[in-house]
Amino acid sequence: MLTLRFVPYHEIEYLTSARRIHKLLDIVKENKIVLLEGRLKKEEETDLIEITMEKIDEKFKGIELAVINPDRKDNNNVLRKMKSGFMNMMLGDRQGLTIIGPATIVSEIKKNPDKIELYTKEDPEKQKKVKKKGKP
Amino acid sequence: MAGFKKWEYMTNIFKAFFNKFLKNLFRKKKHIKLGLYGPPNGGKTTLANRICQDWLGEDMGSVSNIAHETREIQIKEQISIKNDEGKEISFNLVDTPGIATKIDFEDFIKSGMKEKEAKIRAKEATKGVIDAIKWLDEMDTIIIVLDSTQDPYSQVNITIIGNLAAREIPVLIVANKVDLKKADIKKIEAAFPQYEIVGISAKYGDNVNEFYNALFKYAS
Ligand SMILES: Nc1nc2c(ncn2[C@@H]2O[C@H](COP(=O)(O)OP(=O)(O)O)[C@@H](O)[C@H]2O)c(=O)[nH]1
Ligand SMILES: [Mg+2]
Repeated sequence: MLTLRFVPYHEIEYLTSARRIHKLLDIVKENKIVLLEGRLKKEEETDLIEITMEKIDEKFKGIELAVINPDRKDNNNVLRKMKSGFMNMMLGDRQGLTIIGPATIVSEIKKNPDKIELYTKEDPEKQKKVKKKGKP
Repeated sequence: MAGFKKWEYMTNIFKAFFNKFLKNLFRKKKHIKLGLYGPPNGGKTTLANRICQDWLGEDMGSVSNIAHETREIQIKEQISIKNDEGKEISFNLVDTPGIATKIDFEDFIKSGMKEKEAKIRAKEATKGVIDAIKWLDEMDTIIIVLDSTQDPYSQVNITIIGNLAAREIPVLIVANKVDLKKADIKKIEAAFPQYEIVGISAKYGDNVNEFYNALFKYAS
């Protein structure tokens, strides 16, 4: 079974970077896929990877991550660019969507300019059983 | 009191100026740090070895088709390269484990390791990625080595590149493994339109001259 957990931006808005990241990772560690409204700051994205590495063990094997930016095409508008650049710098961005899934469930997120494909793994228990049966 | 404050203020300005001056002086002496980044198995170490072989006549580290072969930062100091016009640049080459978002000890078991060894390996690999991230700020120029047979839209690449843009570190993207049939440089160019991309084969040496020429632009 696949569980999605929507996290509205206001739920993380006033948290410190460290607490934001831990909050999101705590959900992922419960084997849920996080759909975060908006995106993290650039430094937070790298911090997220760093803290993920610290948390990896036999059960938690890391994350798959994708960030979707809205209407990139009409981003040539200078004012808009400046505004979004400033927003990005100050508070990350409440626009767009961030997907963070546990690597044990999400095998890959493929992102193209116009579509997103999220590949899931089979139930790990089932996979093991199949393999064992397959062996002579 | 006010006079003292002012004096303190002036000395602080002077200190800041002096520190910056010292730092620049140190920087010039210290050589540029050129960091190799990108996902595991892109060919960072293969490229590092090619650079070292071409200019020093020796290898840098061990290459493997098992991911996370490089688990520690490796530095080769004072590599000097020359171009056709006789211009020369020197740098310290830093091969990193690269950046991954997931590490599964069972993948190491699949590639033939015993469980205990695989778990140790996985732990070392996570530490390697953390080191690679911590070293980002130390770099003067970054080369991102991507496997051009793989999907470039993988978020790790975009995350690192976005981060470097925020830190104002120059980035050169290498589309590696062009010797393979499945290689698709166009796809990488489409994914990162704002960057210079050089297609090479680190393993067989295809097009490495163009890569060295690009280095002159980015590392001098
Ligand atoms: N065909 C081909 N294979 C390559 C090339 N560069 C690296 N490889 C192979 O890709 C695998 C990973 O290389 P490695 O340098 O260890 O990658 P790293 O993890 O990024 O350091 C090894 O099996 C290499 O032999 C290339 O240009 N062409
Ligand atoms: Mg390596």
